[in-house]
Amino acid sequence: MLLNENNLCNYYNLDKNPGLKAKGKFISDRFAYLDDETTKQKLVQFSSDEQVNITFSIPQMHCSSCIYLLENLHRIEPGVKQSQVNFQKKEIFIIYNPTETTLRKVVELLAFIGYEPHISLKDMDVKKTPAFNRKQIYKIGVAGFCFSNIMMLSFPEYLSSGIINEAGLKETFSWIIFGLSLPVLFFSAADFFVSAWKGLRQKFLNIDAPIALAIIVTFARSYYEIITGSGAGYLDSGSGIVFFMLIGRWFQNKTYDSFSFERDYLSYFPLGVTILKNGVETNIPVTQLQKLNRIIIRNEEMIPADAILVKGTANIDYSFVSGENIPVEKNKGELVYAGGKQVGGAIELEVIKEVSQSYITQLWNNDIFGKKKNTEKSFIHPWSRYFTYILFCIALVTAIVWYFIDVSKIFPAVTAVLIVACPCSLLLSATFTYGNMLRIFGRNKLYLKNASVIESLAKINTIIFDKTGTLTQSHSAEVNYKGLPLSQNEMAIIKTISKQSSHPLSKLIASSMPHITNETVTLKQFKEFTGNGLEAVAGNTYVKMGSSAFVKETNPLLMHGSGSAVHVVMDEVLMGTFSIQNQYRSGIKEMIKNLNRKGIEMYVLSGDNDLEKENLQLIFGNNANMIFNQSPQQKLDFIKSLQHLPNSAVKNKNKSVLMIGDGLNDAGALMQSDIGIAVSENSSQFTPASDAILDSSKVHLLDKFLSFAKAGKKIVTASFILSILYNFVGLSFAVQGLLSPMVAAILMPASSISIVLFVSLYSSFIARKKGL
Amino acid sequence: MSAFFILIGFSILVAAVFLAAFLWSVKKGQFDDDYTPSIRMLFDEPEKTESNSTKTINQ
Repeated sequence: MLLNENNLCNYYNLDKNPGLKAKGKFISDRFAYLDDETTKQKLVQFSSDEQVNITFSIPQMHCSSCIYLLENLHRIEPGVKQSQVNFQKKEIFIIYNPTETTLRKVVELLAFIGYEPHISLKDMDVKKTPAFNRKQIYKIGVAGFCFSNIMMLSFPEYLSSGIINEAGLKETFSWIIFGLSLPVLFFSAADFFVSAWKGLRQKFLNIDAPIALAIIVTFARSYYEIITGSGAGYLDSGSGIVFFMLIGRWFQNKTYDSFSFERDYLSYFPLGVTILKNGVETNIPVTQLQKLNRIIIRNEEMIPADAILVKGTANIDYSFVSGENIPVEKNKGELVYAGGKQVGGAIELEVIKEVSQSYITQLWNNDIFGKKKNTEKSFIHPWSRYFTYILFCIALVTAIVWYFIDVSKIFPAVTAVLIVACPCSLLLSATFTYGNMLRIFGRNKLYLKNASVIESLAKINTIIFDKTGTLTQSHSAEVNYKGLPLSQNEMAIIKTISKQSSHPLSKLIASSMPHITNETVTLKQFKEFTGNGLEAVAGNTYVKMGSSAFVKETNPLLMHGSGSAVHVVMDEVLMGTFSIQNQYRSGIKEMIKNLNRKGIEMYVLSGDNDLEKENLQLIFGNNANMIFNQSPQQKLDFIKSLQHLPNSAVKNKNKSVLMIGDGLNDAGALMQSDIGIAVSENSSQFTPASDAILDSSKVHLLDKFLSFAKAGKKIVTASFILSILYNFVGLSFAVQGLLSPMVAAILMPASSISIVLFVSLYSSFIARKKGL
Repeated sequence: MSAFFILIGFSILVAAVFLAAFLWSVKKGQFDDDYTPSIRMLFDEPEKTESNSTKTINQ
């Protein structure tokens, strides 16, 4: 095939599991909208007559073979001049020659080899800026350079205890240090001043305020000493602190480049749509779709706006919207909602609402999507406030005491207090603890948006579960047979008939009998009654399979209850029934038990019907709170009402709600809750906007995640105590006016490094103990 | 001892060159992706003459 023709076969030598193969369902004019000049203009980064540069996001990228194949695109399509992969961001940068190929051809080629780029409407509106913050790295680099050179030049001062014989050498050192410290103060430390100033303007003393104060005092006193020639200053420890704090920030701000936590419906919808105008099919961008347009939706395509079916039989799969994966049949004249996927032949629709006004997208017009979540102020901030007050008290007391003993010592002692008691160890303990916890969560496939989510996670006392896709596995189910025993031949017949249908239940039945070979069965007169059942003659047997209304029989053996049932009738005799039940993820029961023990309230909120109620009760207990048939808006409202209820366990405190769900129908609820966790079957898949993305195979670890987040607070508190001990030692020198630059230069980095080591090791130890 | 002044000037100059090199490499995007290049260098360059033997092995 294509790969072979171009001698790219050694691709398969590389990896035993080369993974995704070319996807078969390739529809030729799906990408026709890419020929549209305005669309093209919005997508490409650079274009000239000979060269076009473009970056695509390719979520399917998953192994080293992908890199090989994608970087060798030019051998399949000579028009492509260069292709370069960024595996962590799951992006590919392509340069092609527009005279030899087109954008559409490049995208079609990518789709054909199984790496369909994700092109969303969002990309079209905003030009991407590199998420990677290089400026922060510049600042660290500059601070590191200045810090190490200042340290080196300060050594003579420490070792000779301030007496350097060579004339002019001491002054030269001082002035070089002076020069080196300027970029640290004005470039590297600038963020601290900006953030402290912003806080002060809003009359809020944030953690950066005492840090900014300490930096200013350190540098001002040092400059004073250097200019007057009275001492060497503390620029070495001052720039060292800036350097360490910048590293701390960088460590905490690890981002997951390949995930996006801020998505709206535009990311899900197709870019182009085929419209029918005067009998001619044309492709237009979805944004230009208007009311009363006739559109054509083919197999596996998504409906972009609410519309009325005018031609064809629709079989709409709303799994994306509601989580229910059995397609719904719609007839001519019926309303179909945006977000559904057509399964089967092409249909013709008349649009009745614009894309942004459709049922599913309306949710995004809700206020909740307009405003950013109130991120609660971290508990570190009040601490830092107390810290600052206490610090001022100590400085004041020191000043008063020295006023009575020796007035000339007031200035050195007070500044020394402010220098040595820098709250940087407070800051470092929190940044490194949360930074390390983010990594541990990430290793367990829970990807948090940022570190402040950890603190909110520790406060959670109510959890709301979505059913389909979260508690249950979305694409597998348990198939049980009850009835007369079936012979090999009969099973083969059932499998053969089931295989003819694309209905999910038939598919499940067929796949539940992998050991049966069905070569011997020949079918005559196969007929499918959509939504009801199948009818066929296999050999000499007349077989009917389907709902009990369809086969006109009920199985007395079958307990009335949950799941879907397919009855099998052979030659007018009821053979038995296949009952199909959603399969719950393993470990869920255990997890619920643990959460219950911790006194966490739990709810199940499902958009689905209540057929599964009994099974859910087995997991959650009989008194479980379960609410079914919820629309996306109702889910959102339910969470809102919960958040205003007082918590039963802790009085005077509102509920802190965690919502865990997957489908687009949970999007509003995820947004409204204090923490929304989006469950994803495959981490490259697109998930609704949320605070965290959890791989579906790890849902059962939720209780452990919560208790680890709670432990995080303990770790930070423990390290606070440690840093207060250091401050105590430093302050006891400082109040006596004895803080030499050497003591400061040893004590400050030593406290920073030991705190970093302490929190990293301690949090890793706790994680291991909790089995993460 | 006045050699000190020259040596210190040199040492800072050398360090500044390294700083400049670091800033340049960040600007050129050398730290943007620290995974893909390590895989990329493992791929062999394609053989110029198409040998049939590799084809048959892979089919």
